[in-house]
Amino acid sequence: MKTLVFVENNNGKATKAGLEAASYALAMHGGNAENITAIIFGEIQGDAGLGEVGIHQAVLVSGQHNSLSMADKIQSWMDANQGQLLVCSHDNVGKEIAPRIAIRSGASLISGATQMASVGNGVVVKRNVFSGKAIAEVASKNNKVVLTVLPNSFGVKKIGGSCSVSAESASGNDQVKLIEVKGNHDDAGIPLPEADIVVSGGRGMKGPEHWSPIEELAKELGAATACSRPVSDIGWRPHHEHVGQTGIAIRPNLYIAVGISGAIQHLAGVNGSKVIVVINKDAEAPFFKAADYGIVGDAFEVLPQIIAAAKQFNASK
Amino acid sequence: MKILVCISKVPDTTAKIAFSNPTTYDENGVTFIINPYDEWYALVRALELKETLGGTVVVASVGGADYEPIIRKALAIGADEGVRIDAPESDAFAVAKELSEYAKSNAFDLILCGKETIQYNGGIVPGMVAEMLNLPYVFGASKLELKDNKVVLEREIATGIEVFESSLPMVVSAAKGMAEQRIPNMRGIMAARTKPLAVVASCGASSATEVKQFDMPPAKAGCKMIPADQAASLIQLLHEEAKVI
Repeated sequence: MKTLVFVENNNGKATKAGLEAASYALAMHGGNAENITAIIFGEIQGDAGLGEVGIHQAVLVSGQHNSLSMADKIQSWMDANQGQLLVCSHDNVGKEIAPRIAIRSGASLISGATQMASVGNGVVVKRNVFSGKAIAEVASKNNKVVLTVLPNSFGVKKIGGSCSVSAESASGNDQVKLIEVKGNHDDAGIPLPEADIVVSGGRGMKGPEHWSPIEELAKELGAATACSRPVSDIGWRPHHEHVGQTGIAIRPNLYIAVGISGAIQHLAGVNGSKVIVVINKDAEAPFFKAADYGIVGDAFEVLPQIIAAAKQFNASK
Repeated sequence: MKILVCISKVPDTTAKIAFSNPTTYDENGVTFIINPYDEWYALVRALELKETLGGTVVVASVGGADYEPIIRKALAIGADEGVRIDAPESDAFAVAKELSEYAKSNAFDLILCGKETIQYNGGIVPGMVAEMLNLPYVFGASKLELKDNKVVLEREIATGIEVFESSLPMVVSAAKGMAEQRIPNMRGIMAARTKPLAVVASCGASSATEVKQFDMPPAKAGCKMIPADQAASLIQLLHEEAKVI
């Protein structure tokens, strides 16, 4: 099945979510990249990292683009090449492009895939529903399919290789203009949705002035920091750190929750994490039921021990 | 300013998730609410715009008669008119088709939706509606202002905030930050009883996907407890046993 992968460009490199979409498409083809083309917009360095994930051909579309003009170009590729499958990340831009292509091509759109799709009589894929509390197996009804892959679900599979990039052009669209990017978030930090490890604090941290152990542990582990809803609502931490049902949903490999009781709304945003560590002085905190490792104790006594151990671990690496 | 807010009916956040057969959610004893993203952010922002600029806020939902209580709730919060499109909520495509056919015959300046439902977590209905109506669309805006007949939107990204400017009419899906939840007061609840709630016939849209089966996620093996005075051993466990660092 002739496949196009949309890969988002971040300062000349493919985004992690974009590379995950590429790895996903390659796995759907049993590792054979022959029928897969990647499409990326703007200016890139080298092959933007696509060769390393086993993609052999890519189309680079120069110029300034928004999701409308990207959708136009993607659709014209699909039409010209009899594309049957579009794979992209279930992120902001993917969620703007995928529905447009699905409608224009008459394709079935399955969004937020969390597991590898099976291809046979149509495409069947599993995705999370009820905010991670259940899984649905969803089948396409149409011949053409658009799939969006939930970030941090499938991972980037680095296999090495080279990718030949052919340059094309397309006109932009100014109905929606990106007029500014305010880089107000902590530039030194790791972007939360992309982080493999996240250290998160709740009301149990007792105040914003007590956040340094959270930040120190995050630094030692190469982790991003996050917080629960009450903490962002009362202004102890910025809103963009709020993970949960109404904040952002994350799926890191490791989630360490300190002083968070684990309300169902919080769990909805973190239950895709592969390993969950809960540190809470209340042994009855519901979060322990969802955890893999638990420590009942005072955060201000427990965290320094873990930070010291993490320092030792880093020094021994 | 004529604003359409699309709302969906979802189980309350704390509802028990169970299935009466492999493809049917067990609604027994479940309380249903307006999808929080639709209510707290999209609807309230629409009402704020109406309050400053004048105009009408219409709420529309695709579903059976059991959707009327949530439409009444939206009217109680302050929407002017309710519309129930009498069709099953079979999948994103079918819902988007029903909504866009309805919107086509009513000139809306702005169509607001929540960024996803907490039930299906698809996040694609608003994008499909935008494409069907050939309108610009921004997913997941955390701020929406109107300036000189343009829409200025903000969206939180990992490293900061993107600011977009778009022409009207357009479709926007709303995320946290766009507005604050409003609790309907007694006057609103009384007024909602007499506000119009129209039932619109289905355009007969068919679905593009089907759910083969629902499953529960695999149960956790259980929580390994580490005594507080041995907290340092966590790092070793995460490295050697869980293999995540």
